[in-house]
Amino acid sequence: MKPVVHYSAIEGRSLAFWGLLGTFGLFLVLGLGAVWVMEHNGHHVTGMNNQIIWGLPHVFAVFMIIAASGILNVASIASVFGKKMYKPLSRLSALMAIAFLGGGLMVLMLDLGRPDRLVIAATYLNPKSVFAWNILLYPGFFAAVGAYIWFMMERRMNRYTHQIGLFAFVWRLLLTTGTGSIFGFVVARNGYDAAVLAPMFIIMSFGFGLAIYLLSLMATCRWTGRELGDSVVRQLKNLLGVFIAAMFYFVFVFHLTSLYGTENHSFENFILVDGGLFTQLFWIGWVGVGLVLPLAIVYHPSMSKSRAWIGIACAMVIAGGLASMYVIIIGGQAFPMSIFPGFEVSSSFGDGQIASYAPSIWELGLGIGGIALALAMTTFAIKVLPFVPDSLSDELMDPHYTPAKEVEVEAETDAA
Amino acid sequence: MNEQKIDQYRRDFFTKATATAATGVIAPGVMLMQVGQAQARPLDQAASNKNRWGLLIDSNKCADGCSDCVKACESENAWGSGSTDEQKSDAGQKAQWIRTVTLKNKLTSKEHQLPMMCQHCEQPPCVDVCPTGASFKRADGIVLVDKHICIGCRYCMMACPYKARSFIHEDLHDQSPDVPRGKGTVESCTLCVHKIDRGDGTTACAEACTHQAILFGDLNDPNSTISIEMKKHATTQIRADLNLNTGVRYRGI
Repeated sequence: MKPVVHYSAIEGRSLAFWGLLGTFGLFLVLGLGAVWVMEHNGHHVTGMNNQIIWGLPHVFAVFMIIAASGILNVASIASVFGKKMYKPLSRLSALMAIAFLGGGLMVLMLDLGRPDRLVIAATYLNPKSVFAWNILLYPGFFAAVGAYIWFMMERRMNRYTHQIGLFAFVWRLLLTTGTGSIFGFVVARNGYDAAVLAPMFIIMSFGFGLAIYLLSLMATCRWTGRELGDSVVRQLKNLLGVFIAAMFYFVFVFHLTSLYGTENHSFENFILVDGGLFTQLFWIGWVGVGLVLPLAIVYHPSMSKSRAWIGIACAMVIAGGLASMYVIIIGGQAFPMSIFPGFEVSSSFGDGQIASYAPSIWELGLGIGGIALALAMTTFAIKVLPFVPDSLSDELMDPHYTPAKEVEVEAETDAA
Repeated sequence: MNEQKIDQYRRDFFTKATATAATGVIAPGVMLMQVGQAQARPLDQAASNKNRWGLLIDSNKCADGCSDCVKACESENAWGSGSTDEQKSDAGQKAQWIRTVTLKNKLTSKEHQLPMMCQHCEQPPCVDVCPTGASFKRADGIVLVDKHICIGCRYCMMACPYKARSFIHEDLHDQSPDVPRGKGTVESCTLCVHKIDRGDGTTACAEACTHQAILFGDLNDPNSTISIEMKKHATTQIRADLNLNTGVRYRGI
């Protein structure tokens, strides 16, 4: 008999489970409290101002939105590219994609000056606005991935999984292109005006998404006592290595392109050499912690065999990802716009000066609240629906483990 | 839809402008002397693309250290020193519709200054990026924010190449009835649209500039002073490379 992958909801009755869910809930409540403070008082309580227009909430929101589409990759690899090993990983991947988009959007929407007018964003659409395109892309992503989950879980719909998976895959590429283009189409600022930002955001989404997924998968299996074989971990960490290398390439090309034009020299100098915190975050956070170290870990002969080190590498990619968002989003605004090329400018409105920004506790609270929402949604959903396979052991997952056996995926939970 | 918005906006201040308009009808001789080439639009008439309102700013005439235009704008539009609001906001958070920018030539160190405000582009990036259409351009070229549908996303501020827009970081109480503002929304120079619509024929900054460095007028009217001046002298647009066809033009940069 062929080994079969069964899914089941996690038990979720232990004190540790409720403690975990409670912790996420607490951070979510604290985040919503921070929103209340910001909306009640106005944005003057934040570190944002008329120069740093988008602050820490956008760092978290954009990170989570691009990570969300990247998390879906694991499912796409199974249903779009036909890699059977990834099939048992698909349900959790789709679930977390929805959860992270939800968390990211929560942060984005609650940082609006008038979140109470959210309905206007849906009823008045300016077709030329990249933001408005995104407002259409977000619900589309929820719908596509929601249907994808349904098709994967419902036996009758299983045969259409490839089609819906392909649709969701194309949609997530559009979504990340849209997110990247929010910045890439801003011609006014040296730090943003680059079409390469859209593909760069897609590659970053691959990396951030996979890091979040792998870390969550390892934690879920460990905490629920489900077997996670080395073969799955090895494949995912190798893929993570490829994505990190690809991110590295894009960061290199982005800055090389920028450096070639003399007009961008001062901006590049700011980010790469004397931008203080931004330079540190770029080299130590983005390049060091986010790219070089995790790349070294996942390909290191002995470290790459340790789950703990792989977990650390994932956490590093996530931390580096947040640093990269800070450098791109805040750094791009802090550097003065070139309104009068050839002149040294000064004014009472920050012209010609590096803008300063000190994030407030409220902005941090909102950002962490968004992550808490995504994790709480995931934790709760795997308790009520069969998202997680009972076992991802090598016997089931590794075709070379027992070559005669082939993995077969069964749609429904084995009630017995 | 655009016309509806314009009408909505007009309604807000036309009540106040009625008295002025009535005076214009009753005493046309006196009024026409004052309004020059501009006239108040009747209530039922939308702004027309026959006009393109704009400014010509001569930075050679702009006197160093002078900020009369900024003060006049503050007082006319009730922001900055013209209002008791925005006490909680720090310097970087307070609104600034118009500012004087000092330019220093990197080679010669020669300094001069000029006022900067919304450039009322024909192809405004703020209007392009606004998700709800709250940022809009009137038929007569004035770029405005509809405070009723602005959701405060601030994308327009990211996109504006002139840094002309401000976000309101706190509740406001001391506003001018002619100039709606509100917490959580974005605002910028309105080209004193309320003055234009009631037929004042000028803006607060142009009126206040004793050095005649700011000239207001209709860029579409070949006989207007601004058009004649622009034909006579070389003028420039700031960030002309972006091809936005600004309504505010400069001399002497």
